Parts: sequence; C-alpha cells; structure tokens
Amino acid sequence: MSPARSRPRPAQPSAALPLDAVTVRKARSLARQAGRPIVRLAQQHTTVSVERATLRLAGLGGADPDGTPWVNHLVDAVRADTGIEDGVALPVWDSLTRGDAADLEELARKAAVGSVRFRIPSGRETTRVRSAARKAVGVGVRRIDARRRERERLIRRWGDAPRTPWIYLIVATGDIYEDMPQAQAAAREGADVIAVIRSTGQSLLDYVPEGATREGFAGTYATQENFRLMRAALDETSAELGRYVRLTNYASGLCMPEIASLAGLERLDMMLNDSMYGILFRDINPVRTFVDQRFSRQVHARAGIIINTGEDNYLTTADAVEAAHTVTVSQLLNEYFAKEAGLADWQLGLGHAFEINPDVPDSFRLELAHALLARQLFPHAPLKWMPPTRHMTGDVFRGYLLDGFFNLVGAMTGQGILLVGMMTEAVVTPWLSDRDLALQNVRYVMNACGNLHEDFRPTPDGFIATRANQVLSEGIELLQQIIDHDRGLLDAIADGTFGLMKRPADGGRGLDGVARKADGYYNPASELLEATT
Amino acid sequence: MSGDPAILRPYGDTTGDGMVQLSFTLPMPHSKIAEGAAAQLAAKMGMDPAMVVHAKAMGPQHTFFVVYGAVSHLVDVSSVRVVEHDYPLLSPKEINLAVRKGLRRRLTVIGGCIGTDAHTVGIDAILNIKGFAGEKGLEYYRELRVVNLGAQISVPHLVARAQAEKADAVLVSQVVTQRDTHLLNIKEMSAAFREAYPADRRPLLIVGGPRFDEAMADSLGVDRVFARGTTPGLVASYLVDELVTRRLAGNDPDRRSA
Repeated sequence: MSPARSRPRPAQPSAALPLDAVTVRKARSLARQAGRPIVRLAQQHTTVSVERATLRLAGLGGADPDGTPWVNHLVDAVRADTGIEDGVALPVWDSLTRGDAADLEELARKAAVGSVRFRIPSGRETTRVRSAARKAVGVGVRRIDARRRERERLIRRWGDAPRTPWIYLIVATGDIYEDMPQAQAAAREGADVIAVIRSTGQSLLDYVPEGATREGFAGTYATQENFRLMRAALDETSAELGRYVRLTNYASGLCMPEIASLAGLERLDMMLNDSMYGILFRDINPVRTFVDQRFSRQVHARAGIIINTGEDNYLTTADAVEAAHTVTVSQLLNEYFAKEAGLADWQLGLGHAFEINPDVPDSFRLELAHALLARQLFPHAPLKWMPPTRHMTGDVFRGYLLDGFFNLVGAMTGQGILLVGMMTEAVVTPWLSDRDLALQNVRYVMNACGNLHEDFRPTPDGFIATRANQVLSEGIELLQQIIDHDRGLLDAIADGTFGLMKRPADGGRGLDGVARKADGYYNPASELLEATT
Repeated sequence: MSGDPAILRPYGDTTGDGMVQLSFTLPMPHSKIAEGAAAQLAAKMGMDPAMVVHAKAMGPQHTFFVVYGAVSHLVDVSSVRVVEHDYPLLSPKEINLAVRKGLRRRLTVIGGCIGTDAHTVGIDAILNIKGFAGEKGLEYYRELRVVNLGAQISVPHLVARAQAEKADAVLVSQVVTQRDTHLLNIKEMSAAFREAYPADRRPLLIVGGPRFDEAMADSLGVDRVFARGTTPGLVASYLVDELVTRRLAGNDPDRRSA
C-alpha cells in the first residue's frame, strides 16, 4: 500500500529562484491573517446548500416530476417552520423519530405538500434525535471513505498516470451519452484526466439537477447520475489501458457543498473549487460562498479529491502582466482556506495560466518567471497549468506555436497538471484531429526537454528572478492592503481591491440562503468532517 | 476598382498557381486506400493535382490528412455580396472610450428575466463578467454600469428599477417559450415602459433569447431583438451605436443632460 501512488508527484521542487525565505513566510502569514476572520465567519453561519448536502449524505436524492430535488423541498419546508439556524438535522430527524414518515424521501414528499410541521426538539429528546441524525449521515460519510479506498485500490490494480504533468483534457458536448465515448477516446489518446465542462450558468442554479442529461448550454450538467455514468465509462477504459484515468467536474457556484458531496459519493477524482470565483465572476454573495466553500472542501479532503483553483480567471479578465500578483495572492488564500478545511498539499491543484499577450516583449520570460514563482512558493502542491485562451485567434498555426511555448514553460517548471491547449481555442469545440495534434505537441515538448529543469537556473539577479521577486512583493502589498480594511477581505472584495468588480458582503446571489447559526445548531456532517480536520 | 482584376485564383508562390492547403479527417484506418480516398475528396473539391503530403492514424478508426494542390476554381470578386452589420463591432477599449467621450458618464444597463422564467443563463452570459464564448460580459466594461436583477422579475418592478437607476438600456431575457409566454411577456413589458416614460426619455429596450426572431422587434414594441449566439461584444457595440454614436451624430441631446 503506497498512498503516494494516488497523488501527482509534485515535480522536483527546484530552488531555482532566489526567493527570500523570510518574505515567503511573511506572504503566508499575511494570507493567514486575511483568511482567519473568514473562517470564523464560515464557522458561524450555515446555508441552505450546506443543509441540503447534509441530507444528501443521509441518502436523500431524487426530484419531483418538475425536477425540483427532494432535498430542496425538505430544506425549504423546514426553513419555513423553524428556520435553518439550528440546522435541518434536528427538525428532520425529530420528525422521523416521531414517525411522521418512514424515510427521508417520504418526509420530503409530505413536506412538499405541507402535510408535516417541523419543530426543534428539546431536552432529552435532543440526544435521541442527534444520534439518529448522526447515524444516517454517517452512512454517507462512510460511503465517501469507501469510495476513496476504492480509488486507491484501483490505482494499485491498474496503475497510475505514467508521469507528470498529468495530461488534462476537456469534453463538453452537453449530452452525457456523447461525452462518454469522447472521454474514452481522449483517454485512449493519452489523457490522464478528463474534465466534463458544465453547462453555462449551472453555478447560478440553487439546486443540483437530477438524472442523466442530454441537453446543456456549451457543456453538460453536473448531476449525480452523470457523475456515475462517466466514472463507470472511465473505469472501463482504465482497465483496458492499464492506468487509472481521473475524472474532474466543477463544484464552484451556489451548490458547492452538494456537488462536493455527490463527487465524493461517485468517486470523482478532482474538482474545480475556488474560494472566490463565485463572488468575483458570478456575483454570488461572499458570505454564502465562503461558508459553502469551507464545507465543500472538508468533503473533498475526506474524499481524497484534488481541488483545482480558478486563478486563470483573473488573467482572462485583466492584463496578465499587471494582474500577475493577484494570482499569487489568490493562490495563497486558496492554500490557507484549503489547509484549514483539511486538504493536504498533494490535493492543492492551485491554478495559473499562460495568458500574457504574445506581442509583449519578453512575454515568454515573464511567463517563466510567474510559473517558477508558483512552483517555488508551493513546492509540494501539484499546480494546474492552464493554456492560452485570451490571445488565441482564428490563426490556428500561430496558436499551435503558442501552445508549444506554453508546454515548454510547463516542462521547465515541473507543473503537476497540464490542461492541454487546443489550437482551435475560440474557433470550434475541439475536433478529434485538434486533440491529436495538441497531444503531439505536449509529447514532443516533454520528450524533447521534460528534464530541462535540471539544467535550467535563472541568473540570480537576472530578468526572471527579478520579475518573480517583484510579483511576490506586489502580492505582499496587496495582502497588506486587504488586511488594512476594517473588515479585511470582505471589505476588500466589496471595494473592488481585486480590480474586477465590487462585490459587497450584503449583495449578490444566494444571500437569502445564509443563516447565522443558533447556539443549539447541530449538523452531524460538520461534526464528522471537522473530526477529519 | 480599375486595375484590380475581378477574377482571382489563390496564390501560393506564383501568380495564378491556384495553390491551397487543406486538412481533414476521414473515419477509416490509415492505409493506401485511405490516402487514395483523401486524394479523391480533394479532387472533388476542385484540387487538381492534389498532393496528400501527410497522413497519420489517429486511433484505430480515423486518419488525418494534409493535402496541398491547385484548385481549378476562380473567384469573381465583383459578384461577392456580404451582409454588413448595421452597426460597427467595437472592442471593449473602443466601447469604453466612446462612452467616456460621447456620454461623459457611465452608461447604465439593467437586465433580468421577466415573468416566471427562472432561466438566467442568457442574461448572465451577456451581463456577468464571466461572459460567453470567450467574450467578457458587460460588467467587464469599465464605462458600463450593470444592474443584474436576476430571475422572475415582475414588469412593474423592472420599470421602477429602471427609473430608480436612470437606466439607459433595459435588457430582458426569455428562455421559456411555452404557449408563447415569451412574446406576451415582452409585449407587456414594452407597453409598460411606453406608459411610464415620455417617448423621448424611454430607455432602449432590448430582448434576447434562443427562440426570438431578430425581425420581431417592431411587433414586440422593442428596439432590438437578439437571437441565439449573441455575444456580449455585439450587445455592447449596439448600445454604443444607438446611445452614443447615433445620438451625437443626430445632435440628439443627452436625454438626461440636466
């Protein structure tokens, strides 16, 4: 048994850059200072999605004929009677232990038509209700544990990806039954990780759609059944290929806790889970996001899932040179929140991207500096390296060259996960031939200079080292600015410190689904998950 | 046009050589037959002679080809007809600049889904900074102030918010089309705006959704209809053309110059 086998071996943490250890410690300590009040805030609140995830872990799935999930019906009904300040576990299992319904689904059906009333149990009853709730939710948590062990077993049986970086390819047809053969073909062509892009805007749905879906907008809905189908298809191909092919989906949005739980239950291997993406790019309420994020990451930690963070988004909306330090700051914050939630270094696929305008002089050296900085700041994290999108045009020939340089930076800086760039980015969804050419590009670069990092040492006071140190110090300044706000990170997000949008703590979607926990708040899932941390 | 020949052939390295390059995939294993099949396709496309310069198996069932050759076709430039947009497509930079210079204030856009429609996918694709099809949403434009009201907004609420926010433009998205609800909702909306505003002060009314026909604007009582595939840049360019460029050109004073 070697648990290390289920982890991307983070590349040789080369100490290529002369980074000052004191400065690096300072950056981490500032990130901690900025993040700690947010963690406290997350501990003091719950959300409808956290509560729904708890019911999902207790086995409640399915939806009514209109597609509204039973977990939504039940949580809404409880919220109307007792609020969610005490958590839904107490009123729900109070109702079940009193015999209102035989199981959760029956209770949800009754709640949907208003034929049950909920209350908060008191006194000695509470102990009995708690223990019933803990038992039910414990089944789901144990199933996640079993899924994690199953992954480790399958990796031992079939073998792991033969090298790093892991090659990450995307499918996105909108139809899960089209996605499956495409994903299998991509795996046969050499993908180590398959990501199924979600339907546009799913992150803004306050429920998780149900069942196998065949229609989506530029992507396929994340549902439990779609997860199950795709994992089964990749298991079949993994057995055939003799290597375990990983599956990725997206947690970010209004339903992070639920999607994270479903991912754990269906043995997904990686999840996109960014601490601030929903706030900045989707106008989701900051408190909602931070509460949901913490719970979802606790689930990922338990499930042995590797998270991918979304720093690439900063670079597609702002200039990649000017905004380089915002990536560093986001990585540091994502690292702090992730570790606080119980994730280990090997689970941190911190993101960054090759998005500098190729017309900028020395753009390649700048990219190299930024990528080396990330590598060296997070030596034990796999790091997810994302290809150019913003400066890809219809000129597919130039795009192919850019992707080659992107791969070269990946090779020279030992990235753990490499999202393969397509020359037809911004033109069409990838064709079979695009994918094949893209993989040839990756293979050529890795074969030609995969070990170049052994020889490559930037001059200590040269352009690359100077640039990396500059980005780090700008990052430290930004963290300092964040902390100097009255309410720290929340105020910084509100006044547009991240240079994108002003997102006040009392604005954005999903705020009405947030509640401050009462003294008697009880959530067996949190109890079990906190024990992991 | 004098001096420019109207009849052209593609140019490789010699005038009139007609050379083109082509790549494609055939769903068959790589073999001599496959290469012959590629040459046949190229010949049918008018390439003669066609040289299959590269053939490579991609998996067991597909072969990728690169073909070079001269095409026999001629291009008659004088008969080319193109459909021009009735407004110029601008980059985000140009849009920001036009608003700053032309309006000397930020342009306010409010948007939402009206009626019982809960599908915000369309309005969010246009408004959210995340955007759509590789283009950033209107929130990304510094000189546009975006108020996204989200889903299930009643018409009176939309009108009230438009007045409160002094909206220059109102964007409404409708995805659900059962029993033509999308058309009824929009007519109700445009009527309400007509009633609430004097004609020369009414904000620009724009609707969008996958089942709308762009020619419907008049019958719906709105200024513009955007159909499937509309990107944020198209909408932003239209806003600038309508609210900045045309108004300046027509010497139409800013409706809220006071």
